[in-house]
Amino acid sequence: MGNGGSSGNTSKKDRRVSYEFLKGFWKENPILVMILGMCPTLAVTTTAINGMTMGLAVLFVLTCSSLIVSLVRNIVPKQVRIPTFIVIIATFVTMVDLFLKAFFMDLSKALGPFIPLIVVNCIILGRAEAFASRNPVFISVIDAIGVSLGFTVTLIFLGGIREILGMRTFFGHQVLSSGFEPWVIMLLPPGAFITLGFMLGAKNMIDRRMGKNR
Amino acid sequence: MEVILIFISAVLVNNFVLSYFLGICPFIGVSDRTSSAVSMGFAATFVMTLTAAITWLINRYILIAFNLPFLEYVSFIIVIASLVQFVEMFIRKTSKALYDALGIYLPLITTNCAILGLALFGALREYSFIENVVFGIGAGLGFTLALVIMSGIREELDLADVPEPLRGAAITLILAGLLALAFMGFAGLISA
Repeated sequence: MGNGGSSGNTSKKDRRVSYEFLKGFWKENPILVMILGMCPTLAVTTTAINGMTMGLAVLFVLTCSSLIVSLVRNIVPKQVRIPTFIVIIATFVTMVDLFLKAFFMDLSKALGPFIPLIVVNCIILGRAEAFASRNPVFISVIDAIGVSLGFTVTLIFLGGIREILGMRTFFGHQVLSSGFEPWVIMLLPPGAFITLGFMLGAKNMIDRRMGKNR
Repeated sequence: MEVILIFISAVLVNNFVLSYFLGICPFIGVSDRTSSAVSMGFAATFVMTLTAAITWLINRYILIAFNLPFLEYVSFIIVIASLVQFVEMFIRKTSKALYDALGIYLPLITTNCAILGLALFGALREYSFIENVVFGIGAGLGFTLALVIMSGIREELDLADVPEPLRGAAITLILAGLLALAFMGFAGLISA
């Protein structure tokens, strides 16, 4: 696991680790590229802090699930792997749910049913199926953390836009003057859909520009 | 009359896709053709109705009876995954035509958050058995409605000149936003 071997081997492994970690932020961003985990993305991003909480909850569940799935990947028969993964995920989600209910009741209420719905979050099942069930533990955990953080950053971004335009605040602190009439639509479903649509369009445009300038 | 209100609420006023943000992944993924939208919608409605019935029974006779509320998520998702598995096997054995129409969409339904969401909401609102089943049917039909409307729009979109960066999922989301805006007009239909 990176101890020993020539310096050439070590830097290859480092490059691979950093790639697996960073891909979740842009190249394989779960929301903007893989179009996964849409439901919580739209539902909980009414404020930046709600988005961040969801992101961190997913970080915990995805990392723990990927760890366990990778550990048992050679033991679980192929036919029952999906139900097995789901039960593993459901267990960690139950933990997160109880944790939030115990220590952060307001956030638990704000996120509502979307915490338990992490169980069927396509990001987690997708990473388990596509990566953790086929790769060793260390790199699976790196993949999980990278994708989760990419998810979290995107949620904070979307939540931030909606919160600033819809309530004049960011993480609860007012950032726009009281003269600005808030766009309440941003806090409602239409605002969520439209903002995310434009964010996707913006990412595509940026990718295009970056591709042209290469 | 409670059941009628529950039904109308689930289909129009509190549409699962456009108000509750459930089932968005299939909504984006399967709404490009009306034929696939209808297939997915009906498959989901079928599974949702059965899920509503079975999870109600599990909730009443196991979770509440033996005081095991923390097993709610694990037990519900096992029910849903198993149900989808059995439904797929059953349809494959009995009706080849139906299987060809619905077949590929059935496994996808397991991760459709609308199904689990339906089960959780029903349990939360403490519906009776009949109310839960009607809620399931309504939720499924509402999901189908949103999917079919979106597919109709997207089929027309093939002829329109969508800006490059917005093609695909982006324009679908923006359209969904406009659709959600339209559905907000149903808000006054049921005075609580």
